Amino acid sequence: MLRLAPALIIALLVLPVGAGLMMVLLPAFGYLPTLGGHGASLAPWQMLFDQPGLGRSVMVSFASGLVSTAVALVIVVLFLAASRGTWLDRGIRRLVSPLLAIPHAAIAFGFAFLIAPSGLVARLISPSLTGWERPLDTLIINDPWGFSLMAGLVLKEVPFLLLMSLAALPQLAPERRLMLARSLGYSPTIGWLKTVCPSLYPLIRLPVYAVIAYATSVVDMALILGPNLPPTLSVSILSWFNDPDISQRFMASAAAVLQLGVTVAALLCWWLLEQLIRSLTRYWLINGSRQRGEIILRLVGRSALLFSSITALAALVGLGLFSLAGFWRFPEVLPQMLTLDHWQRSGPMLATPLINTALIGLISTALATALVLATLENEHRQHIQPKRALWLLYLPLLVPQIAFLFGLIVAVESLGIRPQLGLVIAGHLLFVLPYVYLSLAETYRRLDPRWLKVARSLGVSRSAAFWRVRLPLLLAPLLTAFAVGLAVSIGQYLPTQLLGAGRVTTVTTEAVALASGSNRRLIGVWALVQAGLPLIGFILALGLPRLLGTHRRDLAT
Amino acid sequence: MTASFCAPLRLEQISIALAGRELLAVDATISPGEVLTVMGPSGSGKSTLLAYIAGFLDREFTASGGVWLGERSLLNLPAEQRNIGLLFQDPLLFPHLSVGGNLRFGLPRYLNDKRQQVTQALEQVGLAGFESRDPATLSGGQQSRVALMRLLLSKPRAVLLDEPFSKLDTALRQEMRTLVFSQLREAGLPALLVTHDHEDANAAGGPVIELG
Repeated sequence: MLRLAPALIIALLVLPVGAGLMMVLLPAFGYLPTLGGHGASLAPWQMLFDQPGLGRSVMVSFASGLVSTAVALVIVVLFLAASRGTWLDRGIRRLVSPLLAIPHAAIAFGFAFLIAPSGLVARLISPSLTGWERPLDTLIINDPWGFSLMAGLVLKEVPFLLLMSLAALPQLAPERRLMLARSLGYSPTIGWLKTVCPSLYPLIRLPVYAVIAYATSVVDMALILGPNLPPTLSVSILSWFNDPDISQRFMASAAAVLQLGVTVAALLCWWLLEQLIRSLTRYWLINGSRQRGEIILRLVGRSALLFSSITALAALVGLGLFSLAGFWRFPEVLPQMLTLDHWQRSGPMLATPLINTALIGLISTALATALVLATLENEHRQHIQPKRALWLLYLPLLVPQIAFLFGLIVAVESLGIRPQLGLVIAGHLLFVLPYVYLSLAETYRRLDPRWLKVARSLGVSRSAAFWRVRLPLLLAPLLTAFAVGLAVSIGQYLPTQLLGAGRVTTVTTEAVALASGSNRRLIGVWALVQAGLPLIGFILALGLPRLLGTHRRDLAT
Repeated sequence: MTASFCAPLRLEQISIALAGRELLAVDATISPGEVLTVMGPSGSGKSTLLAYIAGFLDREFTASGGVWLGERSLLNLPAEQRNIGLLFQDPLLFPHLSVGGNLRFGLPRYLNDKRQQVTQALEQVGLAGFESRDPATLSGGQQSRVALMRLLLSKPRAVLLDEPFSKLDTALRQEMRTLVFSQLREAGLPALLVTHDHEDANAAGGPVIELG
């Protein structure tokens, strides 16, 4: 059984993505018998290129992916370089997991509430600094070039890249490198950039690519913060696929293929940038400059990440404020009165989405965790070197969701399976599995093998040693991985919406559905619930070992 | 502890190679109550020999030769059925279990007087009443003593010692050597010690094989 686990994981990840891509490629060239497309034709493409504003949509998708990733990566790298060992470093390390757990939609709503013309920031500086007595009549969110979308993306990408870097760093022994560099006269930030950073980047390259792929094709955040006329390519595709006019399906498939192309182009462009930066910095690394730029880099490194974290937290506060606000005139900073009305009115409507969210999250994460544990244990028993298949894990994260999920539905329906809860759970598994694996694999492999040798020399069998020694020793990282899986599942919008055919409602689909309306109080309630659920998961993950009374001092946390 | 299982540990023409190059060759018999010391610099394959005997040899090594406990060949048995106890440099007390839990971990499953055995074992090494303590709160010497008792309670029929004293400070080292070797002798167990410290070999008082 155990030996089948790796093959099962690979099949689970590769088959759906492959089938999904196939079933958008075929209709994109006119072939989809169920809808009366039998031949090869370029008509879907002609129709697509006749759409007004397509060029702008493509540009915004392309640019928001590259720009937001570049900004987030620079913020993270400079922070790591400038803040090692400071109080800021320790504080942010504690904050990074909860920040990462907040779903995209919640961050997007909260950020929108901050920067909107009648948002918190405008209220804070009005009318004292601006003289505005009424909200400005300009588009700050939903701006045509997607700047607010990019900023929102940066808020979410920073904690992700930071966590990935923190996980990769220990194997580089950064303290020793830095000590050496400093003994040679390098100042700390420059020393870090010259001795640690070049080895770190290859280790986080795949996560960076995943971020680019995600940012070029994101749907929920683009619905909330992105431009409207025309929207990003991904949002256009969604509306074309949902068009009652079935013939639009062919064009939507062509657009999904185009989306894949945009993402691939962005990745290629990034790869070229990598080469450029490598050759530009080759001389800088060894030119012997030890101090120049230290002060400014240190300043930027510490403040930029602090700023983005504070913005993310302020976004949550904004959500809370709006969810409790009674009458609130512009430009008053605080509402005249706070009320629980919106919460009470939403209460009954919350029940079903909450149950669905919990059910989908718990089942998909439990399945993912079991599969990951089986794979890692098999790897350990068979002494398999892990490297080769790793990039396959990233497949569902590198291929844009919008590019293969529609095809996946067509493929699944041709097998006679209808969209429903089970299908949603299976869909979530695709995205939960890689994250559970990524957050557990390193700790699992690093566990001192002598623990298991001692156990077995005391007469305990291999499988008993797994249950009685390995799992208890890894309880804390296991629970964290579970919380990560839950958070990923809770935040999923597109898979839930599509694989459930809109009939399976979760807090995320309900919250995003409110984006088109303008009831900020209601949005505040739903987005806050959405943000709170993953946090509960993380709090439980940290607290359970203590509650169970099994917490001991030397047990890793 | 009575010397009830008195079978010698026989290492028969053992040869271990890595990538076609022979690391070591050993042929020896260890009688009950005797400690055979294998000495050699790091990289000479001392720990590999222990891994082979205990059943943990990495696949990259090729090995030949027999391992016998009395009349019983151990090579085809999984590690947990070989009845061979291990003692490492670190005590390796399971951090998720109490001191008492660690001792019970090694006890055979169906025993009536588990609690009593644990109490006795702790008394024997001067740690009476430590059952419910978190191992992390014990000093290094105390942890080593618990690890030794955990090993003995599991009723091994032979013991392998992998530089068990190298991380202790000098005063403690002397004390632990005396304790470990006297307990092993009393239990009548054949033991194999690998070390690079001549004083360990002297304290063990048995035959010595030099590698490398």
